Amino acid sequence: MSEGLVTQVKPATVPGGLLTASRVFWIGLFAVTWVLSTWSFALYKALDARWIIRFPKAYELPLEGWISDAINWLVDDLSFGLFTFRDVTRFISALIEAPYDFVRDLLIDGLMLGQGQQAVEILAPLSWIAIIAIMVGLALYARDRTLALLVGGCFSYLAVFGQWESAMITLSSVLIAVPLGVAGGLALGIAAYRSHKFESMLRPVLDLMQTVPVFAYLVPILVLFGFGPVAALIATVIYAMPPMVRISTVALQTVPEEVIEAGHMVGCRPRQLMWKVLIPSAMPMLMVGVNQVIMLTLNMVIIASMIGAGGLGYDVLAALRRLDIGGGIEAGLAIVVMAIALDRLSQAFSVSQVRAHPDPKLLFYRRYPRFSTVAAIVVATTLAGMFVPAIQEYPEKFTITTGTFWNSAMEWINVNFFDAIEAVKTLLFNVLLLPVKRFFAGIPWAWGIVAVALAAGRVGGWRLGTMAGVMTAFIAASGLWREAMTTIYLCSVSVLIASLLGIPLGIWAGQSARANSVIGVLIDTLQTLPSFVYLIPVVMLFRVGDFSAIVAVVLYALAPAVRFAAHGIRSIDGELIEAGKVSGCTERQILWRIKLPLAAPSLLLGLNQTIMLAISMLVITALVGTRDLGQEVYIALTKANTGQGIVAGLAVAFIAIISDRVVTALARSSQEKLGLK
Amino acid sequence: MERPVILDCRGVWKLYGQNPREFLTRHNGAPSDQDLADNRIIGAVRDASVKIRKGEIFVIMGLSGSGKSTLVRCLSRLVEPTAGEIRFEGSDLLSMSDEELIHVRRKKMGMVFQHFALLPHLTVLQNAAFPLDVQGVDRRTREEKARQMIEIVGLTGREDYYPRQLSGGQQQRVGIARSLVADPDLWFLDEPFSALDPLIRREMQDEFLRLQSMLHKTIVFITHDFEEAIRLADRIAVMKDGRIEQTATPEELVLRPATPYVEEFTRHIPRAKVMKLRSVMSPGVPEASYAGELAGSLTVDAAIEQIDGAAHPFKVVDEEGTAIGTIDARAAIDVMIGRISA
Ligand SMILES: Nc1ncnc2c1ncn2[C@@H]1O[C@H](COP(=O)(O)OP(=O)(O)O)[C@@H](O)[C@H]1O
Ligand SMILES: [Mg+2]
Repeated sequence: MSEGLVTQVKPATVPGGLLTASRVFWIGLFAVTWVLSTWSFALYKALDARWIIRFPKAYELPLEGWISDAINWLVDDLSFGLFTFRDVTRFISALIEAPYDFVRDLLIDGLMLGQGQQAVEILAPLSWIAIIAIMVGLALYARDRTLALLVGGCFSYLAVFGQWESAMITLSSVLIAVPLGVAGGLALGIAAYRSHKFESMLRPVLDLMQTVPVFAYLVPILVLFGFGPVAALIATVIYAMPPMVRISTVALQTVPEEVIEAGHMVGCRPRQLMWKVLIPSAMPMLMVGVNQVIMLTLNMVIIASMIGAGGLGYDVLAALRRLDIGGGIEAGLAIVVMAIALDRLSQAFSVSQVRAHPDPKLLFYRRYPRFSTVAAIVVATTLAGMFVPAIQEYPEKFTITTGTFWNSAMEWINVNFFDAIEAVKTLLFNVLLLPVKRFFAGIPWAWGIVAVALAAGRVGGWRLGTMAGVMTAFIAASGLWREAMTTIYLCSVSVLIASLLGIPLGIWAGQSARANSVIGVLIDTLQTLPSFVYLIPVVMLFRVGDFSAIVAVVLYALAPAVRFAAHGIRSIDGELIEAGKVSGCTERQILWRIKLPLAAPSLLLGLNQTIMLAISMLVITALVGTRDLGQEVYIALTKANTGQGIVAGLAVAFIAIISDRVVTALARSSQEKLGLK
Repeated sequence: MERPVILDCRGVWKLYGQNPREFLTRHNGAPSDQDLADNRIIGAVRDASVKIRKGEIFVIMGLSGSGKSTLVRCLSRLVEPTAGEIRFEGSDLLSMSDEELIHVRRKKMGMVFQHFALLPHLTVLQNAAFPLDVQGVDRRTREEKARQMIEIVGLTGREDYYPRQLSGGQQQRVGIARSLVADPDLWFLDEPFSALDPLIRREMQDEFLRLQSMLHKTIVFITHDFEEAIRLADRIAVMKDGRIEQTATPEELVLRPATPYVEEFTRHIPRAKVMKLRSVMSPGVPEASYAGELAGSLTVDAAIEQIDGAAHPFKVVDEEGTAIGTIDARAAIDVMIGRISA
C-alpha cells in the first residue's frame, strides 16, 4: 500500500512543462515514422534500393512450404505401426459423426434403418410443434413466461418464415459442439486449476487460439478432415473452447478459501472436493462460460459453413455469392433470431434460482407439470405427425417469404439514397481512409520493426519491446508486410470510428439510467449477433470494398467501447463526484476533470477489447474483398493451402498479441497512477 | 483434577516466503524478527505451544494478523506447519497419511468459519447433512441427524431455505449445525461471530454457551474481541505477531499479565467481569444466616445483583456443591468499583 503511494506520487512531482521526456519520445517517434513513410518511395528511387520498401525475396522465410510439407507428411506418410495418422483422423471423425447424425436424424432427417434406396424410416423427426414446445418448456423452467414468449416467438418465426430446415441443421451442430466445448473446456480448466505448471503452459496456447483468425485453422482442419460437417464441428469446438477453459479456471480459483477449507474439514476426498464443493460453488460463473461457448459456437458454425457445415450460414453465404439480397437478409435474420433465443435461454440458466422441492407424495405429472406437458406434446405430435403432414412439418403454403420485400426495400434505398451514400463514402475515403492508408503503406519494413519495438519497449519494458520486434520481424520476413499494413490501416480506422461513436455512447449510458436501458438493449443485441450477420446489410448498401469492411467492423467492435466506458463512469466513487460538486464544478468540469481521468483505465481496457474484436472481424471481411492478411488466409482456405493459411494467420495473431500487450500495459500503468491497483 | 490433554502442540512455526524450512534450519530453528525481515519471510506463527484439555473452551485471542487463523489451521492441518509437533489424542497429527487425516476430520473434528463457508447450492438441511453425505451415510439417516442439529441450533422450519435467504446469524447457525452433525470431539471455531452485528453476536455467544453446556465438546475458539474471550473462555492464549504471549485463565490474565502487551490489553477490562466468587470470597463458612448458595465459578459481575439485593451474605460452593466460603455485598462491591484489598 505505502509502496503504491510512493510510486504514485513520483511521476506527478517531476516538473513537466510541455516537453516531458515521454512527449518528446512519442512525438519524435511519430515524426520519424511519418517522414520515412512519406519519402520511402522517393528514397528507394534515389538510392535505387528496392529493399527499402520490399523485404528481399531471397531472405524470405520458406515457412509456408515447410508447414504445407509437414501437413502433407502427416496426412500421407505418418504411421504409428498398427495404424496411420489418417486412421486417427478418421477415427475422430467417426466419433463425432455418430452423435451428430443422430441429432440430425432427430431434428430433421428422421431415423432410418438400412442403406441408401432401401432405407426405411423407423421414426419421423421431431415435429416442429414438439421442438417449439421443448424450447418453451426450457424457458419456463429457466425463468418465466416472458422468456418463454420470446423463445417461442423466435422459433415460431423460423417455422413461419421458411427457415426451419436450415435452422435445425445449425441447431444440430450447436447441440453437438456445445457439450464437447463445455466438457473439454471444463476438463482443461480443472487441470489448469490443479497444476500451476499446466496453467502456465496452457496460457500462451489459449492466447494463440483466441487470436489466430478463425479462417486460419479452418485450413489445416479442412486438409486433415476433409470438407463436411465434421470438419466444421471440429473447427467450431476449437474456436469455442478457450473462453470456457479460462472461465473454468478463474471460476474455480474464485471459490472462497474458507469454502474449500470447510470441504477439507468435513473430510472430502479430492474427487469429492472437486465435484461436491468446488464445481457447484463455481456454477454461476461456469454457466457464464457455457453461455459464451453457445454464442461462439453459433458464430463459428455459421462461418464454418464454408467448409461444409450447411445450415443458415450456408444460406447466407450462398445468397451473398448470388448477390441475392432478399435471401441473404432472410437467412441472416433467422440467425439473429436464433442467436437471441439461445443467448437469453442460456443466460437464464446461469442465474441460479430457488426452486421449491416438489412434494414426493404427489403423482409424477403433478410434481413435474411442465415436464409432463412437454413430454405429452412430443409424443402426441410424433404420433399425429404420421397421419397429418402439417403437424410433422410446417406446411409450405403458410410460410411467409420476405425476400421480395427486402429486395424492393434495398432497391428503394439504392434509388433514393445512392447519391447521399456515395457522397459520404467519398468524403470519408478522402479525409480519413486514404491518408491513413498511405501512411501505413509507406512505412519501410525495417523502420516498422524498430518503431514497434521502441513503442512497445517504452510502454511495457524491454521484454515486451523485444517480443514485439521479433513478431514484427516475422511478419516482414514472411513477405506479408504490405498485407499486414493494410490490416493495420483497416483496423486502426475502424477502431478510431468505433471509439468515437462508442465512448460517448458509453459515457451517456453511464450517466443516465434511461439512456442506459436503451443503449444496453442495443449493445446486447449487437453482441449477440454472429459476426457473419454484419456483412449482409453492409454489402447490400455499400457493395464490396474497404468501406464496407470498415462499417461491418465498426458495428461488430462497438460493444466493448460502450460497455467499458459505461462501466468506468459508473464505478467512480460517488464521494469524488460529490466532492467535485461541493468545490463548485460544473457538470462539464465534473465530466472532464473527474470522471474521464478516473475512467481512463476502463476506457483503455475497452479499447483493447475493441481492437481484438476488430481484428477478428477484419479477417471475416475478407469476404467483401479487402486486400489484407484476412484475404491471404481466405485465399489459402479456398486453395486448401495450409502453409499460406497458417503463416498469414500467425501474422494476424501477432498483430493482435502485440496490441493486446501494449494496451494492457498502458491500462495497468494508468491504474497504478490512479492508485487503483 | 487436571483433565487429559486432547491436542498437544509444541513449538509450531508457520513461515511464508521463499524456502521457509531451509531458512528455519539455517537460523537454528529460532530466527529473530530481524532475520525474518531480512529474508522477506512472514512469521505467521512462531514457536507456538498450546495444550488443549478435554472439555475446555480454549480461546485464542489476538489482533487481526496476529496469526490466530494460521495457528488454528495448523492444529487442523489445513495448513502444513513449517516446524513443530502436534499430537492429537496421543498420535502424531503431522505424520498422518491423507487417508488417516480424512478419517480424523470426518469423525473427530468440526470447524466453524468466520464467513460461514456454506455451500450456496445446497439447502439448510443439505448443508447441515453435508459431512454425512461425504461419508456416504444414506439419505434418510443423514437427514434425520441433520434435522436434529437444525433443531438444536434453533432453525427448525428453515430446512428448505438456501443460505442466501438467511440472515448472517442464521447462516452461522447452519455453519454450527454442519460442524456438529458428525458428532466431533474437537470443535474449532475461527472467529465465528466476528462477521455479525454486536447484538446478534451477544445472542450467539449465549447460544454457544448453552450448546456447550449440553454437548461438552473440546473447543478451540478464535476471536479478536477480548470481551468475547473472557465471556467464553476457560483459558485464553493471547497472540501477538505470531507468538503466544501468555496462556492463562481470564482471571489470571487480568490479575497477573505476563507481558506489557497483555497488560495493555487487559487494563480496561473491569475486574468484576473476570474475577470469580471463588477468588474473592472469605474462606471458611461460619455459622450464620445466609441468603443462599452461589457457584464459585460465577464471576462477580454475574452475581452482583443477587448479592447486593439480599439482606444476608451468600455461601459459595464448589463443583461438588460443598460450601467453601462466603461472600457479602461489601466484598462484591469492592471488586465492582475496583477498591480491592489484595
Ligand atoms: N497464505 C499466506 N501467504 C502469505 N502470508 C500469509 C498467508 N496466510 C496468512 N499470512 C500472513 O500471516 C499473518 C497471520 O495471518 P492470520 O493467521 O490470518 O491472522 P489472524 O487470523 O490473526 O487475523 C498475516 O500477516 C498474514 O498476512
Ligand atoms: Mg483470521
